[in-house]
Amino acid sequence: MAGAREIRSKIKSVANTRKVTSALQMVSASKIRRAQDLMHTSRPYTLHMRRVVAHIAQANTDYKHPALVEREVKRVCYIVVSTDRGLCGGLNANLFRKVLADIHGWQQKGVGVELIAIGQKAAQFFRHIKLDMVGTVAHLGDHPRVEKLVGVLKLADDGFMRGKVDRIYLCYNQFVNTMVQRATIDTLFPLPTAAKEIQATEADEAHPQPAIAKVDRANTWDYLYEPEAEPVIRHVLNRYFEAMAYHATLENLASEHAARMVAMKAASDNATKAINTLTLIYNKARQAAITQEISEIVGGAAAVGG
Amino acid sequence: MTTIRCDIVSAEANIFHGDVAMVIATGEAGELGIVSRHAPLLTRLRPGQVEVIGEDGTRQEYYVSGGILEVQPNVVTVLADTALRADEIDESAARRAKESAERILADRGDAKTVEQAQEQLTQALAQLSALERLRKNLQH
Repeated sequence: MAGAREIRSKIKSVANTRKVTSALQMVSASKIRRAQDLMHTSRPYTLHMRRVVAHIAQANTDYKHPALVEREVKRVCYIVVSTDRGLCGGLNANLFRKVLADIHGWQQKGVGVELIAIGQKAAQFFRHIKLDMVGTVAHLGDHPRVEKLVGVLKLADDGFMRGKVDRIYLCYNQFVNTMVQRATIDTLFPLPTAAKEIQATEADEAHPQPAIAKVDRANTWDYLYEPEAEPVIRHVLNRYFEAMAYHATLENLASEHAARMVAMKAASDNATKAINTLTLIYNKARQAAITQEISEIVGGAAAVGG
Repeated sequence: MTTIRCDIVSAEANIFHGDVAMVIATGEAGELGIVSRHAPLLTRLRPGQVEVIGEDGTRQEYYVSGGILEVQPNVVTVLADTALRADEIDESAARRAKESAERILADRGDAKTVEQAQEQLTQALAQLSALERLRKNLQH
């Protein structure tokens, strides 16, 4: 019965793999609900925050916050949000590919690039590339908290305020639905560029309501501030920065679970198929062996009996 | 009557969205009443109520524990740190928070805890006064 034992052990190992993949699938299936809820609750705030900030970008403010001024780009900073664990299909790979292409574009123009990694996968991936990785944070868990992000965000913010970097990008996977996650790169600072992007995306999505209040008198008006322009704008922009980054981690978390669920489902299905094929081969081999044995016995008996 | 669109959102939920006659909120420099065609305004909010008066005069009250208010001629946006409908505030919890804040204040710890306690106390007081006003409205 040559090979039968090998086939049997192969079947066993595939079955074990299937156990793992289907367990992972079920874990993600149960977590995705919560991740999606978290993301949905944070979406309106982020959306309105972006609109307010887009308005501010169009105002002719008397206090010129560095983020309101478009500077010549000499150095850019990417904040890349990724997952901590793998086994989630091409989720991270797609995002990293997009970010790399972007980075490459800047480097060709002679612009310096630095990077902040949120999540282990980004840290591992970008370590192998000649880049200035200024900060990382990982293990945000299933309920990311803003406090955990504050450290790295401060790094990026300080860099921008001191004029070390001239642009900050936020890269993450946007959750569209369980099957589709979109690798996204958003400009956070400076605001004029960010505002253009916001208007473009909102026009794309064709919101039922006019998304941004019509400010056709661009840069000819200013807000009334209570009490003073500077603290208010600072406060708003801090909040904006935090809210955007926090929301990105939530989107990415929901994307992670969705992608893992789909990837693990595919893996489990493939394992089942492999087991079926192997079982068929095994049975055939077994039957062939039995047939051979019988014919040997029959042949032997005939020879003895004469 | 001309209306102004009002959006109240917090990090946790979409609280209110609709066309209203007037929005009343407590800004850092004092109370604000905003109607249509108000000049653009940007301010931080103090812990307290945000009141929304509908076209038909109906009033709705929300409690916010701070946040940002932005006014454009046709839109008011309230980005609340946390916003609650006044009738959702848990009175006993608010009272407890107030008591513990008062206790901490009485103890006179280091500067930071005093500051925190004062913050807590303002929030608790604002929640309580929102409840008080809600109760009065219900009796009418």
